[in-house]
Amino acid sequence: MKYQSGSVKKSPRITKLMEDLYRELPEIEADRAILLTESYRQTEGEPVIIRRAKAFVHILDQIPITIREGELIVGSATKKPRGCQVFPEFSFTWLEKEFDTVATRSADPFFISEETKQSLHQVYQYWAGKTTSELATSYMAPETLKAMEHNIFTPGNYFYNVVGHITVKYWEVLEIGYRGIKEKAQKELEACQLGDADYAKRTRFLQAVILCCDAVCRYANRYADLADQLAQQCSDSVRKSELLQIAVNCRHVPEHGASNFYEACQAFWFVQMLLQMESSGHSISPGRFDQYMYPYYKKDREEGKLTREQAQEYIDCIWVKLNDLNKVRDAASAEGFAGYSLFQNLIAGGQNTEGVDVTNDLSFLCIEASMHVALPQPSLSVRVWNGSPNEFLLKAAELTRTGIGLPAYYNDEVIIPALMNRGLSLEDARDYNIIGCVEPQKAGKTEGWHDAAFFNMCRVLELVFSNGVEKGEQVGIPTGDVTQMQTFEEFFQAYQKQMDYMISLLVNADNAIDAAHMERCPLPYESCMVDDCMKRGKALQEGGAVYNFTGPQGFGIANVADAMMVVKKLVFEEKKLTMAELKEAMEANFGQGISNEQAQEVTTSVVKELLLTGKNVTEEQIAKIFIMALNTGISPEKKARYEEILSLIDSVPKYGNDLDEPDEMAREVAYTYTRPMERFKNPRGGIFQAGLYPVSANVPLGQQTGATPDGRLAYTPVADGVGPMAGRDTHGPTATANSVAKLDHGIASNGTLFNQKFHPSALKGQQGLQNFVSLIRTFFDKKGMHMQFNVVSKETLLDAQKHPENYKTLVVRVAGYSALFTTLSRSLQDDIISRTEQGSL
Amino acid sequence: MKENRQITGRIFDIQRYSIHDGPGIRTLVFLKGCVLRCRWCCNPESQEFSIQTMAVDGKNKQIGRDVTVEEVMEEIQKDSRYYERSGGGVTLSGGEVLYQPEFTKALLMECKEAGFHTAIESTACASYQVIEKLLPYLDLYLLDIKHCNSEKHREFTGQPNTLILENAKKLALEAKELVIRVPVIPTFNDTKEEIRAIAEFAASLPNVKKLHLLPYHRLGQDKYNGLGRAYLLDGYPPFTEKEIEPLLWEAEKTGLACQIGG
Repeated sequence: MKYQSGSVKKSPRITKLMEDLYRELPEIEADRAILLTESYRQTEGEPVIIRRAKAFVHILDQIPITIREGELIVGSATKKPRGCQVFPEFSFTWLEKEFDTVATRSADPFFISEETKQSLHQVYQYWAGKTTSELATSYMAPETLKAMEHNIFTPGNYFYNVVGHITVKYWEVLEIGYRGIKEKAQKELEACQLGDADYAKRTRFLQAVILCCDAVCRYANRYADLADQLAQQCSDSVRKSELLQIAVNCRHVPEHGASNFYEACQAFWFVQMLLQMESSGHSISPGRFDQYMYPYYKKDREEGKLTREQAQEYIDCIWVKLNDLNKVRDAASAEGFAGYSLFQNLIAGGQNTEGVDVTNDLSFLCIEASMHVALPQPSLSVRVWNGSPNEFLLKAAELTRTGIGLPAYYNDEVIIPALMNRGLSLEDARDYNIIGCVEPQKAGKTEGWHDAAFFNMCRVLELVFSNGVEKGEQVGIPTGDVTQMQTFEEFFQAYQKQMDYMISLLVNADNAIDAAHMERCPLPYESCMVDDCMKRGKALQEGGAVYNFTGPQGFGIANVADAMMVVKKLVFEEKKLTMAELKEAMEANFGQGISNEQAQEVTTSVVKELLLTGKNVTEEQIAKIFIMALNTGISPEKKARYEEILSLIDSVPKYGNDLDEPDEMAREVAYTYTRPMERFKNPRGGIFQAGLYPVSANVPLGQQTGATPDGRLAYTPVADGVGPMAGRDTHGPTATANSVAKLDHGIASNGTLFNQKFHPSALKGQQGLQNFVSLIRTFFDKKGMHMQFNVVSKETLLDAQKHPENYKTLVVRVAGYSALFTTLSRSLQDDIISRTEQGSL
Repeated sequence: MKENRQITGRIFDIQRYSIHDGPGIRTLVFLKGCVLRCRWCCNPESQEFSIQTMAVDGKNKQIGRDVTVEEVMEEIQKDSRYYERSGGGVTLSGGEVLYQPEFTKALLMECKEAGFHTAIESTACASYQVIEKLLPYLDLYLLDIKHCNSEKHREFTGQPNTLILENAKKLALEAKELVIRVPVIPTFNDTKEEIRAIAEFAASLPNVKKLHLLPYHRLGQDKYNGLGRAYLLDGYPPFTEKEIEPLLWEAEKTGLACQIGG
């Protein structure tokens, strides 16, 4: 028997753990930052890798630890549930600036005490001038910094934080423990020859690894001591024996290999949590949990030591713990990654290195766990291929039907060849898992830098219309006056040229940041669990991984494709509109006006420009500019013409309706991003590979984007993922899926993201589930790469906006991850509501 | 075959990813024109054969267009892989497909030629000679039986039910698969007795095993306004589950496999 598909009951413990987790607003804690800084002050002048290790040791030896009530799996990064630590070595000024607003901001608020503010303020004195982000800035070319100032792209993720975005060799910790890993490091150390060219760095790296391994073992023992101590004080005999067992577990793992499934769960958790203690990375992804945990499960089950229900409870406990980890981001990034998400992607099902389907009992229990906790973490994914068992996909569809936006579905048939095209071996490609949102890689061998930047393709289009100039500055290269262009090809080439240029700046930014991490924050603990760092004696940040990539993601394909269609059809083919008219209409936001707030922003920037050129601006003039910005100054004739232009635009065929012409346009537009990308190299010896997904940045970055030729109004969201622009796909989910499948997903090997939204009625009954599975299978037959679903009725979402108090745990799929709906900003909520709802009748 | 593809008909919509009118994922083609005038009809724009103008969201929209079988097939083909994966196919609906028998037959023939499962959603209110010509190309007949009392049937649909019931008996013997569907309409047939009578008639038909109850909804109401017509069922809310379930149990007493919805 390969697996059982039946459901397992949720234990009352899980309900209790979840209630405790969400009782309060998450809090920022200063302990880690203080300990880190103490250590750094004591290690001035030592090799950076040793400093990193010693800081990690100091933190693990000293940071307060806690065992929460009712926990079976222990280990918490913060005293309070869902709290977060701070990582000043990467960047800090943003947090200091936001001290007084972080608790009240709309996206992902955090409580911060006055005491913590003071402690952090002191810590920050030390870090001025020493962060990775400052070094990265100093490495960037001036034109790159200018493009970033103008929001053409933002590498904010790794600019402010560490990389994360990794799956380490969890299985090795389960097998040989940190004692085993330490022994490996010692052997490598012994093998170092005094005359080796890399002796200095290599030996220091291995010494750093040994320090980290010892620290982790001591840390687990602190938990064992605490559990013993709590057991002594505990009057409830059941809990007492649980605590004693926890103590036994923590004395054994992760120092040694796990001897049973429960220990394996505990060992897994220490790895997962401590990776996030070492650095602030998100998207630290458990990967193929159902595979590396399976031997322990199987053995215990066969020996009669473990019931399915017990296993389920341990897994459920881990699922809850994954939501206990948290991270504070700057306000802008918080909008882009809204929902307190850590993107800990865990994938079930799929084939093994030999191409055999290895869906097992744990694959089902993972899905069941997500049904039980119904929380955003882990970002549960499912691998689908031609050999996937139908009952597994039906089980996954059942989870989809609950409306929490999980799991996401991935297509082996596209991803495996796409990875091989990037140099992975067949075996490694078959063993892929997903990092963060949608990024495929081979676990334990890859430093993928998967989420390297947001690149807004609509902004590049804007620059084409302005000949590279914005707010009086030459931001892009001059690509010619659009009003003088004679053919569509000329226009398209101008766009390509501007794209090429901006992509080179993006690469410049990413490589500067990469160099800064290499120099200032190599991570010995993380590195000891990824091949071939130990053999090469190099940290991941220094190129220690077998596979090295940089994967920045572009978005706005649908808008640019629809815009190209408008220019092609209306300007050049049908000549119903001149380029000058289109440009003017866009500048006037098609006569649709803008909000007061946005008008104020426009006014400020115009006034600044005037002042810069040395002109005086009177109050009266400012008022005039403001009124113009609000568009109240447009004549009725103009307004009528703009209306007409909008309706002409409306009549041009749009991407997302299974129409070849716009769909092929979208394919070409996507190539303007994906093709130039693969020509570039990164400092770790790897290459760039494009992704096509915006996480949730299509909303905030859309707010920085003027009107576009596709009729999209200024400062409104751009299209989500590789999907059509919201509301423009009108032929149902199969037509949309067919359009999306016409893109070349294989070249976007850093992942593509396709959201669909369904009304619950479309998944009703066994027949509904089966049809839904067929839809996924067919999209994948057509070489789609990824698909995810929101199954919530519009009424529910509208009601949740009105009465957020009733919907505290309503989870929706945002983009590549699930989040609590009520914690999202209003604009993102609106965007989710307006995504076309398919199959509602 | 070539001739078939050039035959024209009048349709008013093609709806992809339909999952409630026949097995699997299907494409629904809505033909224009119907002999009945059901008061509850949720597609009132389907009733007249002539091309009409209907106000949709404040804008006038032309309802109905003449297309060749070939054009419709092009649209149908776009989802062929979905039919294969899901065991789905094509359902012709309306209006009433029997109103345009030649076009319907040609379309069904082309669908079978392409290997698709075919279904029609029909009132069977036409001469049996018209119907029987379709049967060789038809996998599933979704037949509406609205009422067993002919007078009440005439009152609410404009036609007696005699022809329909007669045809049903013949179809039961000759159609590949026949499923009976009952729109459950307030004031018309929403009593236990009326549903029971229809279900008993359905159960008396040889080879018929399934019955679908399709509860009244008023999603077509705006269309009546858009066409400038009065909506005679104004004010009736949709059924709650509690109201519809006893009717389902009543129908199930006949031994048929019954379900709510398609």
